Amino acid sequence: MSETQLRLKTGLAEMLKGGVIMDVVNAEQARIAEDAGAVAVMALERVPADIRRDGGVARMSHPKMIREIMEEVSIPVMAKIRIGHIAEAQVLESLGVDFIDESEVLTPADPYNHVNKFAFKVPFVCGATNLGEALRRVGEGAAMIRSKGEAGTGNIVEAVRHLREIVRDMKLLTVLTEHELMTESKRLQAPYELVRYVAQHGKLPVPFFAAGGVATPADAALCMILGAETAFVGSGIFKSEDPALFAKSIVKAVTHYQDPAKVLEASEELEGGNAMKGIEISTLQGEQVLAARGW
Amino acid sequence: MIGVLGIQGNFAAHRKMLDRLGVASREVRTVGDLDGLSGIILPGGESTTMLKFLKNEGLMDALRAFSAEGKPIFGTCAGAILLAKDVTGPAQESLDLLDIGIQRNGYGRQVDSFITEIPVPVLGEPPLELVFIRAPVITRLGDGVETLVELDGKPVCVRQGNLFAATFHPEMTDDTRLHALFVKEAEHRG
Repeated sequence: MSETQLRLKTGLAEMLKGGVIMDVVNAEQARIAEDAGAVAVMALERVPADIRRDGGVARMSHPKMIREIMEEVSIPVMAKIRIGHIAEAQVLESLGVDFIDESEVLTPADPYNHVNKFAFKVPFVCGATNLGEALRRVGEGAAMIRSKGEAGTGNIVEAVRHLREIVRDMKLLTVLTEHELMTESKRLQAPYELVRYVAQHGKLPVPFFAAGGVATPADAALCMILGAETAFVGSGIFKSEDPALFAKSIVKAVTHYQDPAKVLEASEELEGGNAMKGIEISTLQGEQVLAARGW
Repeated sequence: MIGVLGIQGNFAAHRKMLDRLGVASREVRTVGDLDGLSGIILPGGESTTMLKFLKNEGLMDALRAFSAEGKPIFGTCAGAILLAKDVTGPAQESLDLLDIGIQRNGYGRQVDSFITEIPVPVLGEPPLELVFIRAPVITRLGDGVETLVELDGKPVCVRQGNLFAATFHPEMTDDTRLHALFVKEAEHRG
């Protein structure tokens, strides 16, 4: 893939910085999201909380539904494919979605490999739990990295864990000498050149967003404080009692995350509306931990 | 001091360009942030998102007043959409300042984004690199709107008095010439 393609892909990710990307399951929800100030929507058949509840195999959404959402809103539309599902990626690229999320929220299709994202013109976002995983995905051509968090739980602790770990390892690289980077590359199981890039710049070569478990305006602000450049909100909006209001106040909290008085305002605007109920992570059984998917 | 609207989008990259020119800048998120600025850049991002914030924060009227004082405003991509008088594809409100018509996502979706290079007489050598990402297309030029950069016979960067607009992303290149042109104007007028 040419350097031009990479710049265009990360370029769109740059345009989404400081905004909120919302999961939506139909055109009506997409309209609510755009009206609330979302910078993009993620089209999927069921929000993660429902995927969790229903079980079974979660796959790419029906193209008809994605197309309806693309026709409804003017902001970028993203959609998810199963990890390693090259054909689903080709279908979504033909459909013209603006970003593909190769996502652990869906049931993985390939037990060994992720998609070679350089082979596509459409940009990809991938989840990561640590720096090594993030750099392996960038090494495959991802134009944006997000924390995996634990989708559909309404519990922010896993996203915080992933953001903290990635940011800490990036900081660590910046104080190491050139002599230590190959061993660090081995420890992280990450491409050497990308390890060097992080050591020199103190950041990923692509935008770094938060996802997984954001349920309140303060959760979203926390992700930004910890170094995320944007937040994905999945079940947190449309599983709350007042989606339009939650969407608006989470957007406000992200834009003004450096101003606690504004985050307070955003939180107060929710009035009686309750956040989604949420799940304590330690109650999840092995297979229910979505963050463990991907390699 | 130049302001960069910091609601969301590529505002940090604009500040880097200003840094490289040795020009002080700050992010603008509230009406108070406009105090003492000699010019402001409205960056790329999502115009629908920015518009909501401008309205909620009372920045629509504040920016109109800023322009009425003759202070320069430079809108890139989404910023150009905010400045334009008529917005289509779909229609939406705007600051209604720059007398152009503009069509959102005029080239298509992300897979239609592109980078090209073109000689620009007002800037001289070398040619200017143009980065178009889900870019809008200028569909109408009002009286007194001057074309600064043209691509395939279509204006992609224009100026009307204190107002500048580009449908591409000058902040995504290493070329500071358009920013320098804008800063010069701000120093002159501000």
